[in-house]
Amino acid sequence: MTTAGADTILKSSHLLGIEALSTGEITALLDLADAYVALSRGANKKTDVLKGRTLINLFFEASTRTQSSFELAGKRLGADVLNMSVKTSSVSKGETLIDTATTLNAMRPDILVVRHQDSGAAELLSRKLDCCVVNAGDGSHEHPTQALLDALTIRRRGRKFEGLVVAICGDVLHSRVARSNIHLLLKMGARVRLIAPRTLLPGDADRFGVEIFHDMRKGLEGVDVVMMLRLQLERMSGAFVPSTREYFRFYGLDAEKLKRAKPGALVMHPGPMNRGVEIDSAVADDIEVSVIQEQVEMGVAIRMAVLDALSRGLAKQGRNAP
Amino acid sequence: MTERIAFRNARLIDPANNLDAKGGLLVENGKIADVGPRLFNDADTHDPEIVDCKGMILAPGLIDMRVFTGEPGSEHRETLESASLAAAAGGVTTIVVMPNTDPVIDEPSLVDFIRRRAAATAKVRVVPMAALTKNLDGEVMTEIGLLTEAGAVAFTDGDRTISNTRVLRRALAYASTFGALVVGHAEDPDLSEGASVTEGEYAMRLGIPAAPAAAEAIIVERDIRLVEMTGARYHFGQISTRASLEAIAAAKKRGLPITCGVAAHNLALNELDVGAYYTFMKVKPPLRSEADRAAMLEGVASGAIDAIVSGHDPQAADTKRQPFAQAAFGAVGLETLLPVALGLHHDARADLSLVLRTLTAAPAKILGLNAGTLAKGAPADLVLIDPNDPFTVREGDLRSRARNTPFEGRNFHGRAQKTYVGGVCVFDRRAKR
Repeated sequence: MTTAGADTILKSSHLLGIEALSTGEITALLDLADAYVALSRGANKKTDVLKGRTLINLFFEASTRTQSSFELAGKRLGADVLNMSVKTSSVSKGETLIDTATTLNAMRPDILVVRHQDSGAAELLSRKLDCCVVNAGDGSHEHPTQALLDALTIRRRGRKFEGLVVAICGDVLHSRVARSNIHLLLKMGARVRLIAPRTLLPGDADRFGVEIFHDMRKGLEGVDVVMMLRLQLERMSGAFVPSTREYFRFYGLDAEKLKRAKPGALVMHPGPMNRGVEIDSAVADDIEVSVIQEQVEMGVAIRMAVLDALSRGLAKQGRNAP
Repeated sequence: MTERIAFRNARLIDPANNLDAKGGLLVENGKIADVGPRLFNDADTHDPEIVDCKGMILAPGLIDMRVFTGEPGSEHRETLESASLAAAAGGVTTIVVMPNTDPVIDEPSLVDFIRRRAAATAKVRVVPMAALTKNLDGEVMTEIGLLTEAGAVAFTDGDRTISNTRVLRRALAYASTFGALVVGHAEDPDLSEGASVTEGEYAMRLGIPAAPAAAEAIIVERDIRLVEMTGARYHFGQISTRASLEAIAAAKKRGLPITCGVAAHNLALNELDVGAYYTFMKVKPPLRSEADRAAMLEGVASGAIDAIVSGHDPQAADTKRQPFAQAAFGAVGLETLLPVALGLHHDARADLSLVLRTLTAAPAKILGLNAGTLAKGAPADLVLIDPNDPFTVREGDLRSRARNTPFEGRNFHGRAQKTYVGGVCVFDRRAKR
């Protein structure tokens, strides 16, 4: 099992996005996460690589799934975990993001996990604080641990990234999950297709080096993996798409559309799902194709790997070395 | 007793009179008494105060057509006094201040307040613009006649676009009755709602809400139509895209009374300077693509763009040290206006006389000010410029109360050495601060 002070995995002392990671760093994180999947499936799920460390989850947007995944990851590694959500903080009293963060910083956490509605919030905090910062989703920018857990899920299903064809479908415009996945998959040698109506795609989306499809059936032709994105219901009121039923008809994943994909193609979704909007229940619950539950399991393992990797950096700096 | 200052051994540049020659200049009682190539050629002048310019440029003091301050209402950001200190250090002798204050400058007593406050505290001339609509709400026009009498030099809603075309049409028609100048901001309010940067690949990668560059030209083209209907004198305060420039150039060719300005930062920076969410790069209009930046440089060189402005907009740490989407727009610029403009000369894009015209004679003509010239009898508002003085911008060196410069760490050549307003030296770079 891994121990603190083992080989360094990440060059940076923060995980702000996938864009700045090398393929070596990504592969090393996935390898480490494999070990944590095994640990988490055993009877004793705990180790002590983060013993004595303090982890703060600072969530300005509600996210039961991501927050509990980080909490569990921290606890399984032996860290003390504090959850802060916006409703219980001073932010509602007019305190700025920086004020909140510097206050927390004075309590000397080792790692701060932050989720914020604005792009660049994690980057801003990393410049102002002296603990490790993990981006748990910033605006429409990045959500690196989601892309890593998606990659782990794909790899553990025996798929090779080189030449893999992945379709990312839905609200790409607002999606940090899409951006992180695009960066990761392209770095690892996969081919990426984006499938969405023009209102949900950035105008320059092709500049990522991806293929663009507006017809879902054509876009799904022969793909190995279908990644569905959550359609945020607040975008629904006639602003970006006219109605949920029209959206489901043209961009919802059902068994009929899925037939266009390669036999045995994986269906993924970052959750929480809008059944009958972007995905049909029959597909989401089909254990032959859907790996959605596995994604959740891999989420904990990936977050353990990320926290472990960052704490090794802390030990290298000699900061509070255990 | 007559107060005299003799400037000798200068390179006189006066774009208003197409003068670019070695020579001297005499100031008497705050006015330019004489100017010419042979003046004070010999060092035997008996004047009590002699300024040896050592071959440096002596030009009319700069007129900055677009300055936001925090007075009244946000004095922690900038006062008229602190803005004037920054202006003096930048070689700017006239600042035209925007009505976007708290309260909004939308009635005669407030124009009067600005003028009296400036007279009491400011080191340079302060010329107020008044709001075009009450409270900048874009609904009810202000008292354009009375405000003009009170001393408002033009009418503008500052960095807000009037979205109601009917309101703007009436305001323009009414303004033309008084021959008043209207200054517009071109940014479609619906397309740019919630946007922080210009739409494009870089904004997409950062995931920052963005507005298309066309949001500017859409309003430019609309407003040109309204000028055509109403005959009002109209100035686009800050343009930033090629499409806007082309529309304005075509309108000028048709003989419409339209002029435009560009902010120094839109000449020097592009969308990539936003870097890793640097909020000091969040400005209005936003930093554009390199192609649009190049178009702005061409526009200045060709004369299609009339004025270069600072767009000086001081912001405090609490409004800038925020996630990008929440941070305030704006950059200070009074002290970097001249250095950025001189860059066009150093890069051989435009000659010195043309560069200085955009900062002196052109704004004076647009605004109808008795300034921006070295003509005999004009106020002795002067700047002595060393066009080659190398320096690095450091926020700690700024005179402005706010520190939000987008040029931190950038190297420039050329800046003001001495600045005179009405014959009084208001800035001397060699003097201790």
